[in-house]
Amino acid sequence: MDKKDQEILEMLQDNSRLRTEQIAAMLGLDQKDVANRIKEMEEQGIIVKYHTLINWEKAGEEVVSALIEVKVTPQRGAGFDAVAERIYRFPEVKSVYLMSGRYDLSVLIEGKTMKEVALFVSTKLATIEEVQSTATHFVLKKYKQEGIILEDKEKDRRLVISP
Amino acid sequence: MIKWEEKLSPSVKGIPPSGIRRFFDLVSEMKGVISLGVGEPDFVTPWHIREACIYSLEKGYTMYTSNWGLLELREEIARHLYSNYRVKYEPSSEVLVTVGVSEGMDLALRAILAPGDEVLIPEPCYVSYSPCASLAGGVPVPILTTADNDFRVTAAQIEEKITPRTKALILSYPNNPTGATISQQELMEIAKVVKKHDLIVISDEIYDKLTYEGKHTCFASLPAMKSRTVLLNGFSKAYAMTGWRLGYACGHPEVISQMVKIHQYTMLCAPVTAQMAALEALQNGTDEMLKMVAEYDRRRRLILRGFNEIGLSCFEPKGAFYAFPSIKNTGLSSEEFAERLLMEAKVAVVPGNVFGGNGEGHIRCSYAASVENITEAIERMGKFVQQYSSCREEACS
Repeated sequence: MDKKDQEILEMLQDNSRLRTEQIAAMLGLDQKDVANRIKEMEEQGIIVKYHTLINWEKAGEEVVSALIEVKVTPQRGAGFDAVAERIYRFPEVKSVYLMSGRYDLSVLIEGKTMKEVALFVSTKLATIEEVQSTATHFVLKKYKQEGIILEDKEKDRRLVISP
Repeated sequence: MIKWEEKLSPSVKGIPPSGIRRFFDLVSEMKGVISLGVGEPDFVTPWHIREACIYSLEKGYTMYTSNWGLLELREEIARHLYSNYRVKYEPSSEVLVTVGVSEGMDLALRAILAPGDEVLIPEPCYVSYSPCASLAGGVPVPILTTADNDFRVTAAQIEEKITPRTKALILSYPNNPTGATISQQELMEIAKVVKKHDLIVISDEIYDKLTYEGKHTCFASLPAMKSRTVLLNGFSKAYAMTGWRLGYACGHPEVISQMVKIHQYTMLCAPVTAQMAALEALQNGTDEMLKMVAEYDRRRRLILRGFNEIGLSCFEPKGAFYAFPSIKNTGLSSEEFAERLLMEAKVAVVPGNVFGGNGEGHIRCSYAASVENITEAIERMGKFVQQYSSCREEACS
């Protein structure tokens, strides 16, 4: 990893649809060089996936998400990892973070209805042996996600020509 | 019925309106146009700066400030110039906060020019220098820089134009519209001529932070130059604060005190709201500023490679956010090219001739635009250029 790799990552994180020739031009590199660097970072698992940030609400889809605070009993030999894995394997679970502080795992769950999410927590999550307790917080509104303001009111207001 | 034609000042009537205006009207009427004609950042002011300004309004900072500007801001400007360029200005007598570099330029010219004094102006350059020199009673004397010399003015070119009436030299690097920068070595040569002929230098360094290769040299930092330089700078470009209209002028107390007189009677002071925001920009704005500069640098390379690929020869701009490609091989004048490009390909650029001598045969393209827009604009321009070079070949055969 050098400075150029880091720049490539920053650029792709902001816009994964940038073409290799655009990246090459912007970094003053050869197109082949850029393609190789990207391939290598994909193989190393540094670039995990190219995904698209979607405002589902605007698309008319009802999505319910909830942030669950989970307290767990760490296991001898495996710590939190084993129980985290049991949780993150569920496709309903969108993200899992090990936290410092009051609780241990922060689990983001998405479902179609509140009932669906609540049911998932009570039947799948809370029943795991190592889980001591859960606290469910439903998301009411998403303002900003992954560094992007979802309903950004800032437009290009510049004059089209200026000296 | 009053006959305005007879009543108006001849010296104002004699000034041509900005060449950009007509073009602006044309572009404004059209839809689907990608504009590379904008002379300002495509970022909005970083939020922490806007937030600081909102806080200042909440706290009731709505009053006049000293004619000179807030002392705290002048101190910060002085500190900033010292840490960047090792030039030491006294905040109480050598730093004046102005309404943009535009006002600073006007003040400097009015403070130094006696009727008939000549001002050397390397062109192509920003559109206001020559009209402001005329309005101040001076005589603008253009010096034509060329693409062959990367649009840098040379000491020899300056010396050639010096007459007993020459009072001042305007320098503006990094340059709008060419994107040219100038090295310390070349500035040293210019400094020798300046000293030899006892000239004043007005140095517009508004794009100093937008230098992508090499380091910017502040003209006032050269040996013996501080006392004869009026340094102009501001917040518009580096901190994406164009609409705030805030700049500063630094120089010898003798000249600054004269400039303050004009400023106090015509402007009173720069807006306090903008001054509070500028303070935040200088104190905490470096990180975001550097991010924006890195972004411009990438787009600079993108547009440059684009021009090379579509066969428009372009001198490599090393500063500001403009590229100034030559369109001579299309056989069109700058205005024809810009107008047809707009009508036929829906890309807006600024014809080079509006920036004075040697601008003809070039167009100014701003890369303060999104990557998508730059890519699309280059594609459209490629088709356009191809069409013109092929119909020229047919005409020749």
